[in-house]
Amino acid sequence: MLSKKERELISEIWGRLTPVAEDIGAEALLRMFASFPGTKTYFSHLDISFRSAHLLSHGKKIVLAIAEGAKDISQLTVTLAPLQTLHAYQLRIDPTNFKLFSHCMLVTLACHMGEDFTPTAHAAMDKYLSAFAAVLAEKYR
Amino acid sequence: MVEWTDFERATIKDVFAKIEYEVVGPAALARCLVVYPWTQRYFGNFGNLYNAAAITGNPKVAKHGITILHGLDKAVKNMDDIRNTYAELSVLHSEKLHVDPDNFKLLADCLTIVVAAQMGKAFTGEIQAAFQKFLAVVVSSLGRQYH
Repeated sequence: MLSKKERELISEIWGRLTPVAEDIGAEALLRMFASFPGTKTYFSHLDISFRSAHLLSHGKKIVLAIAEGAKDISQLTVTLAPLQTLHAYQLRIDPTNFKLFSHCMLVTLACHMGEDFTPTAHAAMDKYLSAFAAVLAEKYR
Repeated sequence: MVEWTDFERATIKDVFAKIEYEVVGPAALARCLVVYPWTQRYFGNFGNLYNAAAITGNPKVAKHGITILHGLDKAVKNMDDIRNTYAELSVLHSEKLHVDPDNFKLLADCLTIVVAAQMGKAFTGEIQAAFQKFLAVVVSSLGRQYH
C-alpha cells in the first residue's frame, strides 16, 4: 500500500533520474550480472560489457518504463499492459529475477543518492518496485 | 567449505575496516525496521518504534545495531569457518529469540544498502557481489541450527 506522500516521493525521484536513465539502468543491470550470474542467461544474444551500446540502451528502456509507471502508480496495469504481454509471451523472464533486479536498482539508487536515500525513500521505492514487478508478471499465467 | 578468492577476502577486510560500526550498525537495523516493519515484532521492549523518525532516533535500536555489527566482525575474522563461528548464535536466535531466519536476509539487504550509500561510486558491482556473498554465508550459518 503506497501512501500519497510515498507516491509523490517516488514520482519525484524518478523524475529527477530520467535524464540519466541509461546510466542508472546500465549500472543496475551490471550489478545484477555481477552478483547473480544466472541473470546473464537472458542476455546471451547481446553485448553486456561495461557501458556497451546494448547495455546502455537496455538500461535506458527499463528505467524509462519504471519512471513512466511512477507518474501515475494507480494506473500501473494500464501503463504496463504492452510490457506485460512482451514479458509473458516473448521474453518469459522468470519473475524471481525481477526481485534480483529491484534489489540492484535499490543499491544503485543508494550509491547515487547517498544520505538522500533515506529509510523512508528506500521503503517507498521497494514497495513501488515490488508492485511494478507484480504487475509485469500478471499475464504469465 | 566456502571458497574465497583473494579479491573477496581483501574486499571484505577492506570494507569492514572502512565502515564505522557505530554509524552503520544503527543505520542498518533502523532501516530494516522501517522498510520491513514486520521485523519490529522482535523488538517489543524497545519502546517507541512508531514511525521512521522514532526508529532512527531510538537509543535501544542504535545500541542493538552496534551489537549486530560487532557480531559480524566474528565472521570477518573467521572467514574460513563462519559456519562453526556462528553455531552458538544460531542456536540463540532459534531457541531463545525465535527469529524467523528469513529476517536475516532482510537485515543483510539493508546493511548492503547502507554501505552502498556510504561508499557511493566506490561500491562497485564486484565489491557488491563479494559483500553479498559474505552476507549470504553469514545468513546461511545463522539459520543452520534451526530445527
